[in-house]
Amino acid sequence: MKIVVCVKQVPDTETKVVIGSDGKSIDSADVKYVMNPYDEYAVEEALKLKEAAGDGEVIVLSLGGEEVQPAMRTAMAMGVDSGVLLKVENAALADGLSIAKALAEEIKTMEPDLVLAGKIAIDGYGHQVASMLGELLDMPVLPTAKSLEMADGKATIKREIEGGTETVTANTPCIITAEKGLNEPRYPALKGIMQAKRKPLEIKDVALNDEGVEVLEMSLPPKKPDGRIVGEGPEAAAELIKLLRDEAQVI
Amino acid sequence: MSQILVFAEQRDGQLKSYALEAISEGRRLADKAGAQLSVCLIGSGIADLSTAVAGYGADTVYLADDGGLTPYSPATYAKLLADALTATSATVVLLSSSSMGRELSALLAAKSDASLLSDVVETNWDGDHLVVKRPVYAGKAFLRVAAKRAPVVVTLRPNVFNAAEQSGSGTVEHMAVSVDQSVIVTDTSLISSSRPELTEASIIVSGGRGMGGSENYKIIEELADTLGAAVGASRASVDAGWRSHADQVGQTGKTVSPNLYIACGISGAIQHLAGMNSSKCIVAINSDPEAPIFKVADYGIVADLFDVVPALNDAAKELLA
Ligand SMILES: Cc1cc2nc3c(=O)[nH]c(=O)nc-3n(C[C@H](O)[C@H](O)[C@H](O)COP(=O)(O)OP(=O)(O)OC[C@H]3O[C@@H](n4cnc5c(N)ncnc54)[C@H](O)[C@@H]3O)c2cc1C
Ligand SMILES: Nc1ncnc2c1ncn2[C@@H]1O[C@H](COP(=O)(O)O)[C@@H](O)[C@H]1O
Repeated sequence: MKIVVCVKQVPDTETKVVIGSDGKSIDSADVKYVMNPYDEYAVEEALKLKEAAGDGEVIVLSLGGEEVQPAMRTAMAMGVDSGVLLKVENAALADGLSIAKALAEEIKTMEPDLVLAGKIAIDGYGHQVASMLGELLDMPVLPTAKSLEMADGKATIKREIEGGTETVTANTPCIITAEKGLNEPRYPALKGIMQAKRKPLEIKDVALNDEGVEVLEMSLPPKKPDGRIVGEGPEAAAELIKLLRDEAQVI
Repeated sequence: MSQILVFAEQRDGQLKSYALEAISEGRRLADKAGAQLSVCLIGSGIADLSTAVAGYGADTVYLADDGGLTPYSPATYAKLLADALTATSATVVLLSSSSMGRELSALLAAKSDASLLSDVVETNWDGDHLVVKRPVYAGKAFLRVAAKRAPVVVTLRPNVFNAAEQSGSGTVEHMAVSVDQSVIVTDTSLISSSRPELTEASIIVSGGRGMGGSENYKIIEELADTLGAAVGASRASVDAGWRSHADQVGQTGKTVSPNLYIACGISGAIQHLAGMNSSKCIVAINSDPEAPIFKVADYGIVADLFDVVPALNDAAKELLA
């Protein structure tokens, strides 16, 4: 079984956003970069499937600058066999469709049995690349999986929908996106980290062209005025309810 | 004449509140551009929703009403939307950032070679170009983005745009349906709850690690029921097994923007704020005056939540009676 996992490197969730000199992107000076948390679930799931099958190959695929290699090496340290980096400049907040097109071109040549991705990249909050891959590769997409079962050439996932859960099935090859709860990603062991350094990582130059959207400006959220402490005990409750009704007018 | 197309999401014959918001925003954009507004409705036994949709300003309703359209099938729905897009030659397509809308928007965009701008909180025209504002880095920054090519697909964040009733002619066009079997929903189980859904709720009462155990959520639920609110949770309380992940608000949970968010025993970690900092009014109840949640709160009470929450419930009952 050949599995491709799409991994994006993103700023750690604790990152304090400072806007860069171009006014359109973040200043990456003090940013700590990590593997997109949802992609960690995707990597873990790919490794579990390979282990259950007893053989197979897991490839990590990333699109980004040279600087995204640490996330790929982390995936390898967890157990991924090899990696392909589609090298572009400044892809962090690029148009999802052009990213998906570039990834799809590469995946086509790999002919995988399964493609795994995260449900969303927490930098751009695009929530689109994986589903777009499905259309571009003509593969069914099973999004936001909280559990996955593979049997008889079919993949079956469970996922949350507004107000409940849904069980969804498709033939493989297909694309599955990972939601929190799918598994507990392993920590790379020292041995894995050492081995990862020697695993093959191929770098290919690509260009994102014909982007359909243009970032005009990045801004910080408006500063909120300090809130009001209504009181320091249950006796403040009545006052608060009144404020919510009469001042804020939200109840 | 140019066209705006809106996908109006329904489940079980009920239009979602955010569907009405999307139609209203579509109407507003259409009026500014002198454009027509078409609304696409997909499901089974939903013909009467056409009237409701017209009541929010649709000029034309593209109706796909067929027994094969329940349960929801992403591939089939996306194909129908693409058909409606072809039929209208719309330059802008609006959906909602719900789980269905997120999925369909990406499939539709790839089918139609359109870019997708997701989770948008503001839309405007700059000449012929649509310019939107959308949060990135978990709401720690916003981007202003222009669509350079038509069509462009946009998903709107629920609870941000106003739904406004107004008249539209609502001419109905019936769509031909063929069901795609590549992805099959084999089971849907909806949890029946008398409370509103988290993403649609206009008030949310949320409890965190300070709740101390699942049984203690009773006081949160009672307050929620008095206010007609949904119940949310922090990741700490979900990880402790006190609440289901479906209730989790934050970066790895749901993004909500209700009119009122009451955080009880939640410290206000950056990943929690990511899911709720666009709420219109935030109330914090926490015994620690230094808790970061007070930095984003409009109102706070520094005290033990086990005293305050029941007192709030009593006060609300009295005042709202
Ligand atoms: C990648 C990543 C993703 C994450 N995603 C999310 C997410 O989606 N959502 C999320 O919520 N978190 C998320 N987190 C976790 C987040 O960092 C925090 O750990 C979590 O939000 C803490 O939950 P809490 O506020 O309930 O608990 P705590 O931080 O422990 O806070 C409990 C608060 O309750 C108060 N308290 C205690 N007892 C009482 C009492 N009797 N009366 C009043 N106040 C009391 C305390 O003063 C304290 O402020 C994520 C973390 C990471 C690394
Ligand atoms: N530049 C990228 N390189 C590799 N995978 C990506 C990239 N961008 C997005 N993805 C994959 O697509 C998922 C969804 O991303 P997004 O649509 O940007 O929210 C991510 O979790 C990744 O698995």
